[in-house]
Amino acid sequence: MTRVRIPPMLRSDVGGARELEADGDTVGDVIEDLVDRYPPLRSQLYENGSLGSFVNVYLGGEDVRTLAGLETPTRNGATVILLPAMAGGL
Amino acid sequence: MGSRLGAGLLGLIGSTPLVELERLSPSPSVHLFAKLEGQNPTGSIKDRVALAMIDAAEASGELEPGRHLLEPTSGNTGISLALVSKLRGYPLTCVLPANVTEERRRLLRLYGAGIVESPPEEGSNGAVRLALELAEREPSYFMPFQYANAANPLAHYEGTGAEIAAALDRVDVFVAGLGTGGTLMGAGERLRETFPGVVVAAVEPLPGDAVMGLRSLEDGYVPPILDVSKLDRKLLVSNEEAVAGLRLLLDREGFFGGVSSGAVIRAALRLAAELEEGVVVCVLADGGWKYLSADFWETDDVDASMERSVWW
Repeated sequence: MTRVRIPPMLRSDVGGARELEADGDTVGDVIEDLVDRYPPLRSQLYENGSLGSFVNVYLGGEDVRTLAGLETPTRNGATVILLPAMAGGL
Repeated sequence: MGSRLGAGLLGLIGSTPLVELERLSPSPSVHLFAKLEGQNPTGSIKDRVALAMIDAAEASGELEPGRHLLEPTSGNTGISLALVSKLRGYPLTCVLPANVTEERRRLLRLYGAGIVESPPEEGSNGAVRLALELAEREPSYFMPFQYANAANPLAHYEGTGAEIAAALDRVDVFVAGLGTGGTLMGAGERLRETFPGVVVAAVEPLPGDAVMGLRSLEDGYVPPILDVSKLDRKLLVSNEEAVAGLRLLLDREGFFGGVSSGAVIRAALRLAAELEEGVVVCVLADGGWKYLSADFWETDDVDASMERSVWW
């Protein structure tokens, strides 16, 4: 099982949880497992079948876009973090 | 420092020191260098961006004398614009989240800039949204808009990146904080030209729940100048880790950095540990002075003390 951290704006779609566990060999499978259990998440996370541009997904603290995307294999103990894309800048 | 007599304070922007952090390097065959951007006149890397944006807008004729500037910022860009606009004769209003440190607000006021506060729970996205609304309502404003202005990455291509390429014979990893994406896009591209195999690594803050007040993910914001496909690595660093990095910089190297410098050094050390030999260059964007009033220096619960503000 992989722990998944849920950002505030998605918590109402998952019954208020800040963190959930989900199953899958890849980050994509883990997210599919979540979306199966909480269908309202689908339209928030995906855009035409791929990860929405305003969604950042991290595994073990690294953005999966610079790893193997949704094909990135999950690792024992590595948490998945979902975050909105946010403006930064000092 | 080159010959800068006669150019005034704006002539001191850029050409910042690059120092080796020998005490922090994980092994004798891995060299860790830091570009000290806090040495710019107002104390941050944003002096480069502010000057480049104003120069470009003056050159294109878009910015007429005396026109009122408006910019969303969490502080440093505003302070840099305040210096440049004061010397060039433009009034300035900054839109910043209401929960930035008092040092930022005070500096802006001292420079004579106006301040419009955006809702703290919306973080930097809120400042961007409000500034775009104000600019649409009042077309007399000129908004340099660092998030979409090509002069921002160009300042780092021609400045930050070129300076590093000229100073070193080898760069394997380049690490910088990700805010607008200007440093990573501009300096990253310039370094790739000289060191084709360089790994360009972005460091991002893990925002506290209290500043992610978006209604849905669709309210998220990706700066138009940022192309994530040009990043080789993108690492998340928590506020607590960033402050641990600040303490490490102080304790080991005597360097007093801002929050993003702490995050960048943590990520740089993580990446340096993956190398058997090589050169890691990181950009330390500002010093710690503008964060002195923050509570995180003296608390047992760093994350809790930081979760209600935008730090970088």
